[in-house]
Amino acid sequence: MTNYIIRRVIQAIPLLLVISLTVFVLMNLIPGGPLAAYENNPNISSEDLERLRKELGLDAPIHVRYWKWFTSVATGDWGISEVTRRPALVEITEKLPNTLYLSITAFICALLIAVPIGILSAVRQYSVLDHIATTIAFIGQSMPVFWFGLILIIIFNVNLKNPTTGGPLLPGGGMFTIGAPFSVADRVRHLILPAAVLTFFSLGHHIRYMRAGMLDVLHQDYIRTAHAKGLTSRAVLARHAFKNSILPLVTIIGLEIPGLFAGALITETIFSWPGMGRLFFNSIERGDYAVMMGILMMSATLIVLFGLITDIMYAFLDPRIRFD
Amino acid sequence: MSQAQLTSKAIAVDWATRLRPQESMRTKVWRRFRKHRLALAGLGVIIAIITLCILVPWAAKYDPGRTHLDLIREPPTLQHIFGTDELGRDLFVRLWDGGRISILIGVATMLIAIGIGTLIGSVAGFYGGRVDNVLMRFTDYMLSIPQLFLLLIFAQLLRSTNNPTLSGGPTPIIVIIGILVWPPIARLVRGQFLALKAKEFVEAARMSGNRDLRIIFRHILPNAASPVIVAATLRVGAAIITESTLSFLGFGVQPPTATWGNMLKNAQAQMTYAPWTAIFPGLAILITVLSLNYIGDGLRDALDPHHVE
Repeated sequence: MTNYIIRRVIQAIPLLLVISLTVFVLMNLIPGGPLAAYENNPNISSEDLERLRKELGLDAPIHVRYWKWFTSVATGDWGISEVTRRPALVEITEKLPNTLYLSITAFICALLIAVPIGILSAVRQYSVLDHIATTIAFIGQSMPVFWFGLILIIIFNVNLKNPTTGGPLLPGGGMFTIGAPFSVADRVRHLILPAAVLTFFSLGHHIRYMRAGMLDVLHQDYIRTAHAKGLTSRAVLARHAFKNSILPLVTIIGLEIPGLFAGALITETIFSWPGMGRLFFNSIERGDYAVMMGILMMSATLIVLFGLITDIMYAFLDPRIRFD
Repeated sequence: MSQAQLTSKAIAVDWATRLRPQESMRTKVWRRFRKHRLALAGLGVIIAIITLCILVPWAAKYDPGRTHLDLIREPPTLQHIFGTDELGRDLFVRLWDGGRISILIGVATMLIAIGIGTLIGSVAGFYGGRVDNVLMRFTDYMLSIPQLFLLLIFAQLLRSTNNPTLSGGPTPIIVIIGILVWPPIARLVRGQFLALKAKEFVEAARMSGNRDLRIIFRHILPNAASPVIVAATLRVGAAIITESTLSFLGFGVQPPTATWGNMLKNAQAQMTYAPWTAIFPGLAILITVLSLNYIGDGLRDALDPHHVE
């Protein structure tokens, strides 16, 4: 097992190198390059731009610049945000916990809802519950995330009122009420709508894969054997079927992690959630080069890392996967 | 008539009756597809939507792009059954006009993605070894950068060129979505090729002296078509959603060209007092993509060779 983990980690390194190279090349393709933010600034003349370019070493050949960039990223120097003049790494790591707080909540909610519904749906195939669950799964996969968010805001923020205060039932943006003292209830109220959007976004896939996995397992011979030796249905499900049926879901979770980042970007933008996704969106709009590159690198690293964790979990759940 | 002629005629008649009940692949698939009622309904809805997209903008008395500054954000009335937007444009006509572009983007992106995905997947699966390794690492790598982030960067890249042919229209959006979303299709096709290339008919085709390209495209690919057709159907819907997201974020097709996505661009700002501007274009996306997903589901059942009847 340890060997397997070490080998998978080593395999991830070239992937990250190639990703870093892409990020670097892409950013240099944007007209104006790293100085794009200054191009439209009337206070900066073209001579100043030229001087800056020389001073910052931007006139060096691209491989020299890449190496310089790569070594500084590796040592924690991610450059300065053109907008706030603060280190990009600080900007990003400040926002990262907010994104994780939102997406992990949604991720756990989606699993807690999808696993039991998927199982029930498979056990009672073609029942009313199964039809409802399948329909919800299809609808969840057929809407733009942002539109679902807008509809929730129209319902819970614009139309429904809080019976005691007369204000909106749920806040439609932000992470907490600005100016109010810290309270858990306030945080939770702000979390509900964005987390619901992100949850619903992955719920459809999860239900379908859980259902398919369970249906597949339920038709296996060993399940019939377990029933034949007189076990209760509950025991068959819990002891024999569950662990095997969750494998497809684990695979799809690994593949869906990049989608979670996209979902977070959209949700954070709509709900003014101070996370990494919204920061990325803003930095693109403002041409904030250092922050953009940093977030791309950070999210690609996280995706590779989570992919690694899913692979390891998969190997742990399915002993048929060889570790050598 | 000689005995021999009679016999040969009898054999011919016999074969004709034997062959008759055997239905073609197309009728078989259609018969199975019809059994999936939601898929059939989805097909009906898609046909209706496409018809309306063709007919409404052509027959309507309002120009989809004409602004009416004294009719701004009118709620739905008999005159304007979906209401009007922030420039007084009739949302009903605009919706079907936008549908043309949205569906065009969906179909065109699907074609690009299927083209690249099939090519890479079939070459990787057919040749295996080092070729497979290189192509699949490339696919992994494409999958490990968040797609939406890349889409936004590409869109920004095109936008910053300030070249009207490179930004704002549907073509650049089609191209950038198409060249980013093929990896899952490549994986799917590769899996099919790995399973099929060991089959006897491939061996036979090779024995008959066929070149690799002919074996790939004439012998293996048709047998791998079913899952690709299903993926293609789902891809159209997914691309419609991707376009709407890009346009909503302001990086997609630019007005005055309408798409379902950019009709929603101002929806968040005005949804407190003009919710219909947010509801109708979104419903159009939901209904279209839902129908496409049900069609895909029906096709999956209908094309499955292991399907039990």
